[in-house]
Amino acid sequence: MSCKSCNLERKELSPDVTWKDITEGGTIADAGNAVLIKTGEWRSKRPVWLKDKCKQCLLCFPVCPDSSIPVNSEGNREDFDYDHCKGCGICVKVCPFKAIDFVDEG
Amino acid sequence: MAIRERMSGNEAVAFAMKQINPDVVAAFPITPSTEIPQYFSTYVSNGEVDTEFIAVESEHSAMSACIGAQAAGGRAMTATSANGLALMWECLYIAACSRLPIVMAVVNRTMSGPLNIHNDHSDSMGARDSGWIQLYSENNQEAYDNMLMAHRIAEHPSVMLPVMVCQDGFITSHAVENIELVEDDKVKAFVGEYNPVHYLLNRDNPISMGPLDHFTHTFEHKRQQAQAMMNAKNVILEVAREFEKLTGRKYGFFEEYRTEDAETVIVVLNSTAGTVKYVVDQMRKEGKKVGLIKPRVYRPFPVDEIASALSRFKAIAVMDKADSFNAAGGPLFTDVTSAMYAKSVFGPKVINYIYGLGGRDVRTDDIELVFNNLLKIVETGEVGSVYNYLGVRE
Ligand code: SF4
Ligand code: SF4
Repeated sequence: MSCKSCNLERKELSPDVTWKDITEGGTIADAGNAVLIKTGEWRSKRPVWLKDKCKQCLLCFPVCPDSSIPVNSEGNREDFDYDHCKGCGICVKVCPFKAIDFVDEG
Repeated sequence: MAIRERMSGNEAVAFAMKQINPDVVAAFPITPSTEIPQYFSTYVSNGEVDTEFIAVESEHSAMSACIGAQAAGGRAMTATSANGLALMWECLYIAACSRLPIVMAVVNRTMSGPLNIHNDHSDSMGARDSGWIQLYSENNQEAYDNMLMAHRIAEHPSVMLPVMVCQDGFITSHAVENIELVEDDKVKAFVGEYNPVHYLLNRDNPISMGPLDHFTHTFEHKRQQAQAMMNAKNVILEVAREFEKLTGRKYGFFEEYRTEDAETVIVVLNSTAGTVKYVVDQMRKEGKKVGLIKPRVYRPFPVDEIASALSRFKAIAVMDKADSFNAAGGPLFTDVTSAMYAKSVFGPKVINYIYGLGGRDVRTDDIELVFNNLLKIVETGEVGSVYNYLGVRE
């Protein structure tokens, strides 16, 4: 992906960008790139979706601070986005059907 | 035709700001720079400028507002002194590392404590490593001229760094002197429009500024910032050449005064250079080979140029209106001697005088004493004490 008006590639986010190529002052040259940073690596606890118990009530996805519970076009939740889930456990607390287990990250 | 006027250093700076007509001025009053936002707010209420004037509640907010305005894509300016500059501390670094070419007038005043409103350079010297370009001014004319050149330097695509223009509190800021002003339309043409490549209010190219920047990237950003400071050297000279064409007034990294055949020189910033010039003239009449080097550009520090200029002399006194409290010498002394060592200039003997702290008057006989000491060093080859206080009661 690149930024339309300035031709800056997303290379500024790569860990091997040189000081000559990095954007000035750490400016992020285009929007919506949080998805590129895998913040899920910080997680110490992992939510586990128990599909059999899930009633698709959808109380969990709006409370996730990291938008890590995807909802498909049929309006059903899918499995967690572990690249970005930080393991805060809010969804675990919210689920009325104990359909989310919470386990230690290996 | 240039306009002949008489005004104080503060009015000269405010007048330059009026001619520049920036998008935003955010300032908080502090002696002795208070008059700058005071004059400027009058221009605003008289409709003489289009500027949004933000009367903030502190200097921290003043610099923060300038950062926001400049990041949004505007041209932002402010003015401060002493503890006001200190209260901006964290924001100074953020402005520089975010590459926001803000221009600030600093009216030098001693840092408290003890509480004292008078002039020395402890405020801007404390900010010398914050990443700002620092220009120093001997008098109202130089403060005005430096302000007119500041945006051109700051906003140059290879620089993009903030600039502070320093002048001595009260001595320059409140003394009314003759001045030559440039016409409004010429200033407008010289300073030009600010057209940043990236800015927050650009809907076609949304960006984020000031994000978290861990060890994976910060080091590269610092290296890039260091390059910008190196690039500033050429830009400062280019802008000065253009300014000379406009006004006939010549500026470089430093001014040399009667140094052609000098054996001893004083290196000093700002208004004291004027006193030194007077003493040089007097002592020259007695056949003494004395001269002056007055740095104008302190950040970036012109290492090669200053070391090469100083290599011609036998004895040099670097005078600091701020102490580093390192038990060794003031900041200008440390930079000058480091430059000489790095460039293998080992010939001249160099000593340091801390002078004028808290606004202590520096008289012509103080300067004579310094020159006489230098001449004695040349004669005897004995340096004696390197780190000295000038004119303190013993
Ligand atoms: S644990 Fe927290 S971050 Fe992970 S999916 Fe649940 S609410 Fe979202
Ligand atoms: S709150 Fe529990 S039951 Fe409801 S959709 Fe989420 S996981 Fe399924």
